[in-house]
Amino acid sequence: MSKRRTERLLSIVVLLLSSRRYLTAEEIRAAVSGYPDEHEAFKRMFERDKEELRELGIPLETGVNNALDEEPGYRIKKQDYELPEIRLEADEAAVLGIASRVWQSAALAGAAAGALLKLKAAAVPGPDQDDDKQSPRIEPRLSTQEPAFGPLWEAVRDHRPVTFDHIASGRSNATKRELEPWGVVNWRGRWYVAGHDRTRNAPRVFRLSRITGPVKMAGPAGSVIVPPDADVRELVKSWDVSPARDQTAVLRVRANAGFRLRRWANEVTPDETPGWDRVTVSFADVPWYADYLAWFGPDVVVVEPPDLREAVIRRLKGVLA
Amino acid sequence: MSGGQGQPRMVTSAERLRRLLALVPYVVSRKVVSLSEAAAAFGMTERELIDDLNLAWCVELKAPEPYCPIDLSYEGGEITVSQAESIGRPLRLAADEASALLVALRMLAEIPADSSAVGRLIAKIEGAAGASAAASSQVMIQVDSQNVRGLALKVSTALSEGRRLHLRYYVPGRDEATERDVDPMRLLVVEGRTYLEGWCRLAEGVRLFRLDRVLDLEVLDVPREVPAEAEQRDVDAGLFRPSESDERVELELAADARWVAEDYPCESVTELGEGRLQIVLRTPDTTWVRRLALRLGEDARVLAPATLVDEVRAAAAEALALYT
Repeated sequence: MSKRRTERLLSIVVLLLSSRRYLTAEEIRAAVSGYPDEHEAFKRMFERDKEELRELGIPLETGVNNALDEEPGYRIKKQDYELPEIRLEADEAAVLGIASRVWQSAALAGAAAGALLKLKAAAVPGPDQDDDKQSPRIEPRLSTQEPAFGPLWEAVRDHRPVTFDHIASGRSNATKRELEPWGVVNWRGRWYVAGHDRTRNAPRVFRLSRITGPVKMAGPAGSVIVPPDADVRELVKSWDVSPARDQTAVLRVRANAGFRLRRWANEVTPDETPGWDRVTVSFADVPWYADYLAWFGPDVVVVEPPDLREAVIRRLKGVLA
Repeated sequence: MSGGQGQPRMVTSAERLRRLLALVPYVVSRKVVSLSEAAAAFGMTERELIDDLNLAWCVELKAPEPYCPIDLSYEGGEITVSQAESIGRPLRLAADEASALLVALRMLAEIPADSSAVGRLIAKIEGAAGASAAASSQVMIQVDSQNVRGLALKVSTALSEGRRLHLRYYVPGRDEATERDVDPMRLLVVEGRTYLEGWCRLAEGVRLFRLDRVLDLEVLDVPREVPAEAEQRDVDAGLFRPSESDERVELELAADARWVAEDYPCESVTELGEGRLQIVLRTPDTTWVRRLALRLGEDARVLAPATLVDEVRAAAAEALALYT
């Protein structure tokens, strides 16, 4: 089945590429083996074939040869079909190999592999194209385990609005969002989508791992207009920004411990108890910093402020609860 | 691109057509290619390749005059295409294909290296892709911080000059700074973080160093010596693979601590309702889990192993005693 279909699709591509004029469905049927005699069955099959060719990116054009033609025909223009000439130096070919391996386990991994094959097919190989010495020793990877990535990428690519359910940080129930997506951003290993939130009527950023359930298209292709001044990277960056460290704490830290605290401390002096130091640090937020200090366990004691001291004690009691 | 050996895979007619439309120009541009080389380039077996070649050769157009547009041969294991008709050049890059490559290349361009190849290749692919390249600008990748980029450039220099590195490195699980010499092997970028993979002369083994934990880095005037037994990690298998000897740790997390399941590689994650999770981790050293449990307080509970449950409680009790 599949083999005959591939054969039929390949025949259509060769036929339409070699023809200067538009060929009607009937002319295609006459030239290509494998279509049924019955008219309705043929039409259905031909529709599916056209769709498949377009999905592969084959520029199938519809038109008439002259104004008197009633039935439109099809053709593939050579200049729209063919990949332009491209020559790669050996070091560029090595980088291309690295780039084609970056995407892991995702729709785009297949796309990258497909692109690599086309470029390999197009490029006349240099004498040392496969020479490993040219290759920079670097292996970057992008993983897209979030199921939302695929549909969101398609929505961004095709400029379509989407709806999805999203659980905000610290909440346990999801809310429905309608978004005009402007772009997807991987910010230090985490995927975000940024765009215009129709529900809130404002720009918003959503982390993909917090999207639950399916992402659904909520409008036709081309219906999202990305504002020319939209800076998706800036949006995600400002969303990620850490608050100012405008509070000061005094800690007792065991000697030879609390390395991280000492590195960013304002001041370190010996404590009156031998084996301990007094460390002064700046911090932003009591609950967050209390969590951070609890991590050090019996190596760190908060002297002041009192609210930070209480918060750490609460954390430690929570462990014993 | 390897694989393809072993079990035959199911390929859809669309994928097969895509492959054929690249295979014919691949041979045309090279004039003669051996079956084994082409099979390796396309990640397929020679049997699958021969099936594809036969399929292309069998294509026949019935009208207006019957003829076979593609003529090829693979006699003696050498493929030649004597007539490729209109499919002698590869199909243009689709939007997904151009974007997949360009996003990956722009990510590579962010990582400092003393080569201009990335920039040149981006320009060539943008030129060849034309309008298909447009969507790629809507995906952005930000790796690490400016600080780390400076370190990456030093590592990159050491790699291209084949020199040894001296590191001052922070080990968070033990909360201490260590000093060591490392013979660099590769730079890895995984989950948005840059790592140096190298032969650690202190541990006498291949180790990964997260660049954002490097306190100081010096390129030494000593040639690197990576022993023959040093094995590169298979990045696609995951950087942190649990080993048989690893401890199995079970944690119960409240809704506020769900981020733990996102930030640490878990063997299993089970929803317990009301946003609560039960997770299983594997680790060779449980010190960091003890610290994590202290940090999470009432939002987490260690369920196993029993020794760790006791350690966490003892550490909390010891810390609390300092406040009385």
